[in-house]
Amino acid sequence: MNIVVCIKQVPDTTEIKINPVTGTLIRDGVPSIMNPDDKGGLELALRLKDSFGANVTVITMGPPQADDMLREALAMGADRAILLTDKRFAGADTLATSNALAGALRMLDYDIIITGRQAIDGDTAQVGPEMSEHLGLPHISYVAGLEYDGGKTLRVKKETEEGYMLLETGMPILLTVLASAFKPRYMSVRGIVEAYGREVEIWTADKIDVDESKLGLKGSPTKVFKAFAKGLKQAGEVYEVTPEEAVDLIVSKLKEKYIL
Amino acid sequence: MDKTLYKDVYVFAEQREGVVQPVALELLGKARDLAAALGEKVVAILAGSGIEHKAQSLIEAGADKVIVIDEPELKEYLTEQYSQAVSQVINANRPNIVLFGATTIGRDLAPKLAARLCTGLTADCTKLEISEETKDLMMTRPAFGGNLMATIMSPETRPQMSTVRPGVMQKAAAEPGRKGETERFRPVFDPSKFKVRLLENVKINKGAVDISEARILVSGGRGVGCKEGFEKLRALADTLDAEVSSSRSMVDAGIIDHDRQVGQTGKTVRPDVYFALGISGAIQHLAGMEESDLIIAVNKDKSAPIFKVADLGIVGDLNKIVPLLTERLKKERTQK
Amino acid sequence: MNFDLTKTEALFLQMIREFSDKEVAPLAAEIDEQERFPLETVEKMKGIGLFGIPIPVQYGGAGGTNLMYTMAVEELSRNCATTGVMLSAHTSLCVAPIYEHGTEEQKMKYLPKLCSGEWLGAFGLTEPNAGTDASAQQTTAVLDGEEWVLNGNKIFITNAGYAHVYIIFAMTDKSLGTKGISAFIVEKDTPGFSFGKKEKKLGIRGSATCELIFENCRIPKSNLLGKLGGGFGVAMKTLDGGRIGIAAQALGIAQGAMDETVKYTKERKQFGKSISAFQNTQFQMADLETKVQAARLLVRSAAFKKDAKVPYSADAAMAKLFAAETAMEVTTKAVQFHGGYGYTREYPVERMMRDAKITEIYEGTSEVQRMVIAGKLFK
Repeated sequence: MNIVVCIKQVPDTTEIKINPVTGTLIRDGVPSIMNPDDKGGLELALRLKDSFGANVTVITMGPPQADDMLREALAMGADRAILLTDKRFAGADTLATSNALAGALRMLDYDIIITGRQAIDGDTAQVGPEMSEHLGLPHISYVAGLEYDGGKTLRVKKETEEGYMLLETGMPILLTVLASAFKPRYMSVRGIVEAYGREVEIWTADKIDVDESKLGLKGSPTKVFKAFAKGLKQAGEVYEVTPEEAVDLIVSKLKEKYIL
Repeated sequence: MDKTLYKDVYVFAEQREGVVQPVALELLGKARDLAAALGEKVVAILAGSGIEHKAQSLIEAGADKVIVIDEPELKEYLTEQYSQAVSQVINANRPNIVLFGATTIGRDLAPKLAARLCTGLTADCTKLEISEETKDLMMTRPAFGGNLMATIMSPETRPQMSTVRPGVMQKAAAEPGRKGETERFRPVFDPSKFKVRLLENVKINKGAVDISEARILVSGGRGVGCKEGFEKLRALADTLDAEVSSSRSMVDAGIIDHDRQVGQTGKTVRPDVYFALGISGAIQHLAGMEESDLIIAVNKDKSAPIFKVADLGIVGDLNKIVPLLTERLKKERTQK
Repeated sequence: MNFDLTKTEALFLQMIREFSDKEVAPLAAEIDEQERFPLETVEKMKGIGLFGIPIPVQYGGAGGTNLMYTMAVEELSRNCATTGVMLSAHTSLCVAPIYEHGTEEQKMKYLPKLCSGEWLGAFGLTEPNAGTDASAQQTTAVLDGEEWVLNGNKIFITNAGYAHVYIIFAMTDKSLGTKGISAFIVEKDTPGFSFGKKEKKLGIRGSATCELIFENCRIPKSNLLGKLGGGFGVAMKTLDGGRIGIAAQALGIAQGAMDETVKYTKERKQFGKSISAFQNTQFQMADLETKVQAARLLVRSAAFKKDAKVPYSADAAMAKLFAAETAMEVTTKAVQFHGGYGYTREYPVERMMRDAKITEIYEGTSEVQRMVIAGKLFK
């Protein structure tokens, strides 16, 4: 079985702070991490590998620094790593990104393509379903569980607002998964020791099967018209008081607003 | 592309088991504003099985026309079935704008369609306007984990598509008896592409009220610690007829369900009162709750960002304060 | 000279930090309170391959370095010194001597299972009457046909009971003094080998510390480790390496107490401001931070020398001496900065202070380290 996992290096947005005076982002010192949903996806792939001996390829589109994240994926247990990096990919929106990844996937063998539900920097959840459409594949999003017995079909649990759907599908299929469903393993020490000695394949736009007009800024129908920091709300009063006094304050506030 | 060939503001009127979802009505409310700015009409796409009779309610909520796709294949939401049906409606009608709710259905269907139609899509919008100069749709959404707002446009492609977070737009007051057109659309399905089969659609009673509809929310974060800590929050919520919700850390720790999560990757809420207990207030969380009318925060750390948005901030130990508050509120109640 | 971590070391640090914070930290107070060996953590560590970090892949190790191993002990100890010493005793005191002194057969027999964590390791040198004066061994080993027969007692043995493989020192010829001591590999469940009382300790209370009892315990002749009469050398070399591990443990405890104190002094308000805003706090903390960083450089340079296979005995002694005394100072002051809260079990600093003390005692007291350092100085 061949599994390709699409992953993305993202800034750890939980570490981003706002300058309280200027209202601008403080991005210095914010670490880059493997996007959590994607890491969950890699974990799912590695579990299938553990049980059925799959061959797991990780692929990312990004700047050369994304190499470190691919090493992490290798150290977790991925067999092959590909970095799509080229100036021609720059400025891609979700559609152009999905076209580039689909172009790379056309060069690979796969039974299952896995990616995270969404990335924490963009939160769009669009690249996975868009890729599946370019490749003419079905997809299942919000995957929270998977049963497989080594046969031809997969049983997939898809999270919904009310509960979950249990779906059955054949392969090839594209899945977008939730981080909370697949707690990722740690990199193994041996995997770490070997990671930087292994090959990370560098693929440019010439190496993939897609019309160049669909890539990068040119291939992006959406344009960012403007970006701005969100205005901060005016802070209220903050008290350091005993628990009893705190309760008095809360109760009087609730009365003031006619909640009580 | 001749943009003048694309007309009207379409809303994908999401229904589940025949119940039109609140977000559909919210979208119709917004679509009316957009259509007015463009001098165009509001069209609802109602897809499902045995749902034709719901069309009038969409007209009353603001649609000028409802395109009904009522087919047995659409009984339950399955991506391929719905994308075939809805893409055919779009190709046949050439809408200017198509709006979806940013639900597990809307966020699944819209990107599949955007790729099929080779058009732009903007996710999780919180604001939609029409540009006065170009008449393009200006879609504003939080980016970078809610740290930034970005306004996005698709100037060259049509339709312009966006998903919109539930609870953000205001629904228009329903006008009973409002007149509009209803059209039955019959898609031609290609069943050879139906590769995903539904075995079971399981509903779990995850809590009585959806947190985005709750009037009072008692929300816990990392400072609550464990499951037992959360029970104290539940007790407080019970005395206030409130719902419990949480920040992401509690969901990741498996203490509470994802559908109770407030914030960028959870739900946007706007209750009358929001208790932020042991929540430090990461920007992702603030993005989901800062529009609440009254925010009461309890946190050990005085420098916690939650205090920047709180109307009333208490620096202290929630494990001591919450049980005391619960007792006190019980007394207040019995006195009434 | 390059003080930057390599990409591999940085990746390793990223992993072990996350592991320590997510898997080790939540248990630290509980295993201390219950004096319980953290078997569930051992299971998790196995999966990652932490039990054979500096051992070559051909013996089932991870093929990493001693520097990475010290980073692991430091990071584990930052949250839980019990977990740190469990790994240190296993790696430095059991895996390392087998790797360094064992025959090819012994290495192939023991290292793969030790490195995978299937077997834990331990080390038995100390006796009731042979502490710092390790040459006063009373345990004996007598060759009887194809077997060695061991008799005697070992005390204060880390990982005792949970370990499967024990490196045991015994007199094979009393008349030769230290040259009559030999090292042996003894497996758990060997008839005649049993465990005595479990110690109740001030700190590292989750760590299993027990007496080992040998009563006509017969082991194969082939379980002699190193040369006959070479045991004292094996013990001293092993302790040189072990000291780097304990230095890393002490460093981790110190760092953990620093982190807690920085957090607490920023949060805690007195006289209307954070106590971190007082110059007394700032100056004391600046001094402590400097010592912690100096300790880290000593630890890493000793590990670096061991990796480079150059003599490191005095370096290890300096690292352990300085890191242990720094840990004791930092944790004591951390409790002071926490005031009354610091004295309670609501905060981890009292545990860290109790845990720190042992690092000045085991694997050579601070006095022994001074002897080693002075010995090199005045040789």
